[in-house]
Amino acid sequence: MNWLFRSLNSSIGKKVIMAITGISLILFLLVHLANNLTLFAGPTTFNTVVKSLDSIKPFVRVIEVILALIFIFHIFNGVRLWYENKIARPTPYAVNGSSKNSSLLSRTMIQTGSIIFIFLVIHLSTFWSAFNFSDLHQTHTYYEFTADMFSNVYYAIFYIIAMITLGFHLNHGFQSAFQTFGWNNKKYFPLITTLGFLYSVLMAVAFSSIPIYFLLIGGN
Amino acid sequence: MTDIKINLLVKVWRQPSTNSVGSFVDYKVSVSPDSSFLEMLDEINNDLEMKNLEPIAFESDCREGICGTCGLVINGQPHGPIPKIATCQLHMRNFKDGDTVWVEPFRAKAFQVMKDLIVERSGLDKIIAAGGYISVNTGSIPDANAMPISKDVSSLAMDAAACIGCGACVAACKNASAMLFVSAKVSQLALLPQGQPERTRRVQNMVKVMDELGFGSCSNTYACEAECPKGISVKNIARLNREFILAHMKSDNIEA
Repeated sequence: MNWLFRSLNSSIGKKVIMAITGISLILFLLVHLANNLTLFAGPTTFNTVVKSLDSIKPFVRVIEVILALIFIFHIFNGVRLWYENKIARPTPYAVNGSSKNSSLLSRTMIQTGSIIFIFLVIHLSTFWSAFNFSDLHQTHTYYEFTADMFSNVYYAIFYIIAMITLGFHLNHGFQSAFQTFGWNNKKYFPLITTLGFLYSVLMAVAFSSIPIYFLLIGGN
Repeated sequence: MTDIKINLLVKVWRQPSTNSVGSFVDYKVSVSPDSSFLEMLDEINNDLEMKNLEPIAFESDCREGICGTCGLVINGQPHGPIPKIATCQLHMRNFKDGDTVWVEPFRAKAFQVMKDLIVERSGLDKIIAAGGYISVNTGSIPDANAMPISKDVSSLAMDAAACIGCGACVAACKNASAMLFVSAKVSQLALLPQGQPERTRRVQNMVKVMDELGFGSCSNTYACEAECPKGISVKNIARLNREFILAHMKSDNIEA
């Protein structure tokens, strides 16, 4: 199996890991968003949806472990690539001309990724832990808890900023994954780039719409 | 005919040797807009030599954009601000009177500065030696029509073969990655029938040597394509990725 580790540890191999885990996370976000949007249908619907997930908990746990592994691989490899790539140019240029040859979003994946990581830690320690291990588990008042959390202006604004950052990260990541897989040709690539742009806008807008909604209706 | 000249402040990276500390040195020049960038440096060197000072060391050979020797980073951009030309094809008319021009060597761990603006680029040759060749039978030249190759494919191969190996892609990349160079060299051979016998071994060995030499990985910022004097497309990098993934999946070689 050494050959497999060696090929995945090569420069292209590490990119392939980023792309596979990235695409998996892109698909996960769609499922997550679909769940979140049921908040707009009111407390009964949302609480029923989350409760029904509770009834298939063992299955959800397995998915969560797989998801956690995907996240860890994506984050670990991303940081590793960033570090190795930094070493590849020990002396920086006196004049930075990168704005003339590449987009800002493509150059700041580690920064946007870091903000998303901070968000992820906070998100897990508040929402995920509350939904899984607190009294909510018995009362099933998930909607009320969410409304309460987002009635805090600072918390809501932090969520909105994190989701816009996520949009930036996805805009480069989406097409980048396909380029890494080698799927770049005249016919499909403009389509992929446009689809990636629309997807990232959808994610930023739709995920942000929830804290904005609760801010506007004042927590109830 | 009036002799119009433009005045510039040129800041050039001076470094006596690989292990010494370098710094920027200011040169005030008055130069004809019709002269090339390298001629401007030649003029500075003439002045320096007249004053018995060490001239600026920089590389050049053909001075017509085909040899890939003259690579400089000018105001933060490899080969200067004009797209799809080499440093030697850059003319002073692209600068305005009173401009400050920063001249730096290509920067990468794999491209050590040897002196001033000259960097060690033999890493690119090592990558070629690892697989950028084909095996051919000796004998007379084969008949031109004996091996059918479609126009589309030969055009793609020729576009990749336009790479002059200057290293601007490495210099432009925020990760100092040589992916565009390697992808062009892999593509030009992988596309053609002559390149098939070594196809899987080639891509595996070239990427291996590229990694060993300390070049970074590709972040798909596409800065390389924007700065390439020959306009090599990042579609070649996609092909390299494809070739690499397939080679590792298909080949029996567990050592690669």
